[in-house]
Amino acid sequence: MSFFDYLFLFMGMGLVTYLPRTLPLIYLAHKKLPQWLTDWLELIPVAILSALLAPGLFTDGSSRSLSLGKTEFIVAIPTLIFALKTRSLGGTVLVGMLLYWLAGLFI
Amino acid sequence: MKQKESHWRAETLRQGASAAWPICLGYIPVGLALGVLAQQAGLSWWAVAMMSVLVFAGSAQFICVAMITTSASVPAIIFTTLIVNLRHTLMSSALAIYLSGISRGFLAVFSYGITDESFAVNMSKFREGQWNRWQALTVNHVANTVWIVATITGTLVGQLVPKGAFGIDYALTGMFICLLVFQLHGRIYILTGLLAALISTVWYLLIPGDSYIVGASISAATVGYALKRHDRRDK
Repeated sequence: MSFFDYLFLFMGMGLVTYLPRTLPLIYLAHKKLPQWLTDWLELIPVAILSALLAPGLFTDGSSRSLSLGKTEFIVAIPTLIFALKTRSLGGTVLVGMLLYWLAGLFI
Repeated sequence: MKQKESHWRAETLRQGASAAWPICLGYIPVGLALGVLAQQAGLSWWAVAMMSVLVFAGSAQFICVAMITTSASVPAIIFTTLIVNLRHTLMSSALAIYLSGISRGFLAVFSYGITDESFAVNMSKFREGQWNRWQALTVNHVANTVWIVATITGTLVGQLVPKGAFGIDYALTGMFICLLVFQLHGRIYILTGLLAALISTVWYLLIPGDSYIVGASISAATVGYALKRHDRRDK
């Protein structure tokens, strides 16, 4: 692909990435949000994080089938406990990586 | 007075950057990996740089590289990107709670940097209080800069990094686990999280594509909201 092919492709991708990120914020930030919407939106972060995380822990991505007891899930348990106890984001990332690396060596 | 202002600026940058460093820790291996794959797919470093600047959406960029490898058409790649990134409409809406009344110019710049990671970090910081939009913007842009540098570096030196070294594949998972913990503000939040985990897993198994993220988030938040209302009425 030439420079302009790439430019065209990435500008298109950029546009469809940017619009969903910007339009709701610009629109809603200048409105008085009804209480029910605020209450509902407050629950979005926990729901979205959980939805991003769970399939990776409980399913096999290549065959898209249920896979219980994956290394990812087993490592997630002590990582979760560490996060609950310390509430340290950087520390949790490092502990998760270390445990996953060790699990890979021994399992 | 001037000195005070420049001190405030330095302090804002410092706090923003220190909130962003775990994101960067996750972005470095993922960005390197993307760079390596892109290079193997025939993209030069400048093409990857252009992509990371214009798109800045990790999962969409991985899918784009995979689709270029299979010679997919440009409209197909752009359409897939749109679908994969629709989840950000939810994050963008949720951020409006804390950025209400801010100028549209600021929001236009800020929203460029809304990713899963920066969203989750900024939301928990805003909720704790003592977090302003400039610190949030710093988080977005520090993460963006690291992402761009990491992806370009990946095209140049990526082959030298052994696959799976030091558990780098787990960096983003570890980060999501902790960010999830930050969002557990009570019983309703825990229930919503568990429900989203269940729905997303079942949805992922049954329905092809990426709709499980948006589908499960909306369903779980709606049930959580109904429970919250029910609770309130009982009191």
